[in-house]
Amino acid sequence: MDVNLDLTILWAFLIAFSIYAYVVLDGFDLGIGILFPAIPVGKDRDQAMNSVAPVWDGNETWLVLGGGGLFAAFPLAYAILMPAFYPPIIAMLLALVFRGVAFEFRWRDPGHRPFWDMAFTLGSLTAAFMQGVILGALLQGVTIEGRAYAGGWWDWLTPFSVMTGVSVVAGYALLGACWLIWKTTGEVHDLARRYGWYAFVATLAAIVAVSVATLFLDYGYYAKWLDTPRVFYTAQVPIVTALIAFVFFRSMKRGSDWMPFALAQALFLVTLAGLGISIYPYAVPVSVTIWEAAAPEKSQIFMLVGAGILIPVILAYTVYAYWVFRGKVSAEGYH
Amino acid sequence: MFEGWDATFLARLQFAFTVSFHFIFPAFTIGLASYLAVLNGLHYVTGKERYIGLFHYWVKIFAVTFAMGVVSGIVMSYQFGTNWSVFSDKAGPVIGPLMAYEVLTAFFLEAGFLGVMLFGRDKVGPGLHLTATCLVAIGTAVSAFWILSVNSWMHTPVGYAIAENGQFVPAGSWWEIIFNPSFPYRLMHTVTAAYLTTALAVGGVGAFHLLRDHTNKQARTMFSMAMWMAAIVAPAQIFLGDLHGLNTLEHQPVKVMAMEGHFDSHPDGAPLILFGLPDQEEKKVDYAIQIPKLSSLILKHDLNAPLAGLDTVPDEDEPPVATVFWAFRVMVALGLAMALLGFVSLYARWRGTLYDWPLLHRFAILMGPSGFVAVIAGWITTEAGRQPWTIHGLLRTADSVSPLEAPAVGASLLAFIVVYFTVFGAGTWYLLKLMGKTPGAHEAGKTGHAPGISVGPQQQEGA
Ligand code: HDD
Ligand code: HEM
Ligand code: HEM
Repeated sequence: MDVNLDLTILWAFLIAFSIYAYVVLDGFDLGIGILFPAIPVGKDRDQAMNSVAPVWDGNETWLVLGGGGLFAAFPLAYAILMPAFYPPIIAMLLALVFRGVAFEFRWRDPGHRPFWDMAFTLGSLTAAFMQGVILGALLQGVTIEGRAYAGGWWDWLTPFSVMTGVSVVAGYALLGACWLIWKTTGEVHDLARRYGWYAFVATLAAIVAVSVATLFLDYGYYAKWLDTPRVFYTAQVPIVTALIAFVFFRSMKRGSDWMPFALAQALFLVTLAGLGISIYPYAVPVSVTIWEAAAPEKSQIFMLVGAGILIPVILAYTVYAYWVFRGKVSAEGYH
Repeated sequence: MFEGWDATFLARLQFAFTVSFHFIFPAFTIGLASYLAVLNGLHYVTGKERYIGLFHYWVKIFAVTFAMGVVSGIVMSYQFGTNWSVFSDKAGPVIGPLMAYEVLTAFFLEAGFLGVMLFGRDKVGPGLHLTATCLVAIGTAVSAFWILSVNSWMHTPVGYAIAENGQFVPAGSWWEIIFNPSFPYRLMHTVTAAYLTTALAVGGVGAFHLLRDHTNKQARTMFSMAMWMAAIVAPAQIFLGDLHGLNTLEHQPVKVMAMEGHFDSHPDGAPLILFGLPDQEEKKVDYAIQIPKLSSLILKHDLNAPLAGLDTVPDEDEPPVATVFWAFRVMVALGLAMALLGFVSLYARWRGTLYDWPLLHRFAILMGPSGFVAVIAGWITTEAGRQPWTIHGLLRTADSVSPLEAPAVGASLLAFIVVYFTVFGAGTWYLLKLMGKTPGAHEAGKTGHAPGISVGPQQQEGA
């Protein structure tokens, strides 16, 4: 049992890690989709698209690992949450269909390029929004009975989940803008800098709003964050957030190209830590703990061997793939 | 008319619809990735422009197909949870880890090197570019390995115990689970199916361009390569299919009864029903055209061997016979036609008319899409034949489904249908347009440039 306990925590960390990897990686290419309508048609758009064309598929694979990992390591949580969030998940999947094919189709059919660009934007926007809604719906808690979801069709839809949805859109737009600042030149670079400021302000506002609103949800989040002596630890989260925001502000002022992207990622890391504090020890707030949801030890160990060997290898060749396409892109693509 | 369209039935329809669509793309990309690796390698070794020209021709088609495979695949990985949550809870501890291994060993590998394969040739040089192409090809095969292991375990479950909470949990060795009894056969048969499907598609495109201009060098190369594949692999596939069927007879005899249309037991030699109309209510095959005792010969290698029929099976354990019966015949008929094409191409080669025999080229064009049809028919045989179980003999489909109301599943099914037909319809149209371009036409003077998504609009006009 002891071993199992530790393994379960380890797996919770691994799932959290793949969610983080997904959010900061696919986050920036979804963000580019969100900003797309504000980027002039022509070589500016082409440049933005080319900056992510070689990497978007790898980015999205972290979503498959997040979902597949949850299925494998916490099957009960997967089985409860998927039906609970049925409409937003289906909407997210369909949205990802549209934006995924747009990468190819817009080049194949110049006549309908406006249509596929629109599909890219609406797909990215919907996927980002739905991911935020799912997050909010998770924090709100889920009604279960026995080993299954027992709530209604629309339980996931509340003002709170809409707010988290909008927040994720803002955050992804920030990541997208910062990526463009880093990878592009000329007009689109300057535009990205401007949008970066807007998105930064919106993201900070969203972080504050969601944090405060979370405290007042039913499930004792208030006590988790503000009881003494816990508050001495938990207070680090807002403090570090403020620090990162300050450094971000400075780096944007100084006109650094790569710092804003790195800092935006750091910002997401702290917010994720905050989420971890809120949700732990539950896999399904507030009815199923990670231990109750965990797969048996034998399954956990088998997967851990693979994950332990393969995740470092994956990270290594992912870095290599990014390295191959280092530097600024151009509208002409890679030649 | 919507009687019986309960949540379970709608969920089945939804799974069948999304997975069939999904599988069309891997069936092509598994084969095409290997074909591209071969072309890239041939160019690397021989330095002939023809091969890299063909690589550039097919890599665009690959990129479009791959994108559709990825997005429809992501849908699949969430279908289990959304529509089959009870199944997911119960089977998760056994099949979840295998699917996680698929992500870790295959999907990341493909995705990681896809960018380099599509756009990186001039950045990394031909050697690393060839390596990246091979890694993508390996990734697609590894993906097939894991997902087919999962699927096969559902057909022939072994190495499990049932825990107090109702979950299937691993007991014994993981090797036993991974290499469950039907897996080696299904893996061989499906991967071979993907190669065959690709060869026929490539052959059809080659034939199309040969009909227009039988001197086109690149069209000749692709047609010849494809016809070698058809001649060798189609007979191999029939052989593998036979082995697969024998394995099924051992582990899922009811499925074979449905495939064969054997409602009655035959104590002294069962006939092979070529065609007929199975009637499940009346438990007979109408208008059957049959060859006496041949079924026993094929399945038992003995003319007089007894074969049990569906009369030995309780009604509630019977699969939908007509579906299985017909799907199986479509697959086998196409398999035989493919072998015929391969044989005719050998004859043409021997006569020296491989590149200028329009009749052969027309036949090859006709067979171009046949692999896709056969593959889907094969899956319908396999999956419908497993009914009414999701985990054969242990967990019923009706007990696997999510606690959702029919309208929710129906609405999402409708959304999938509309989106898939729109998006993949457009994608298929783009594929056909790409295949319609004459190979090698614009390659002269411009070599070594990686086409694909990143080709800017300036290039696009010329392409
Ligand atoms: C190019 C595609 C293709 C071709 C030409 C064939 N098959 Fe096939 N068949 C498949 C593609 C396929 C498939 C898609 O790969 C299936 C579905 C699941 C599987 O394992 O393979 C399949 C399943 C399948 C099954 C069901 C096994 C089970 O579920 O337990 C049998 C018995 C056969 N095949 C037998 C044959 C025979 C006797 C063929 C020759 C005439 C043949 N197949 C040609
Ligand atoms: C129900 C079963 C299946 C599920 C849940 C599933 C899941 C997935 C997912 C999530 C992807 C996208 C991976 C990425 O992001 O790159 C994918 C793609 C792929 N799948 Fe499936 N898959 C299923 C069936 C199959 C089968 C039976 C095969 C082969 C025999 C297969 C072969 C592939 C391949 C080669 C790809 C690469 C993308 C492509 O070219 O289409 N899949 N699948
Ligand atoms: C391990 C994961 C899988 C699960 C949970 C699963 C489950 C199911 C279920 C519940 C059905 C509905 C049965 C019916 O309506 O008769 C079905 C049908 C089907 N599945 Fe699977 N299956 C799996 C893997 C696959 C794979 C990998 C493929 C091929 C790519 C596949 C191809 C099909 C097809 C073609 C049908 C339609 C058969 C029909 O209409 O009856 N399945 N599957």
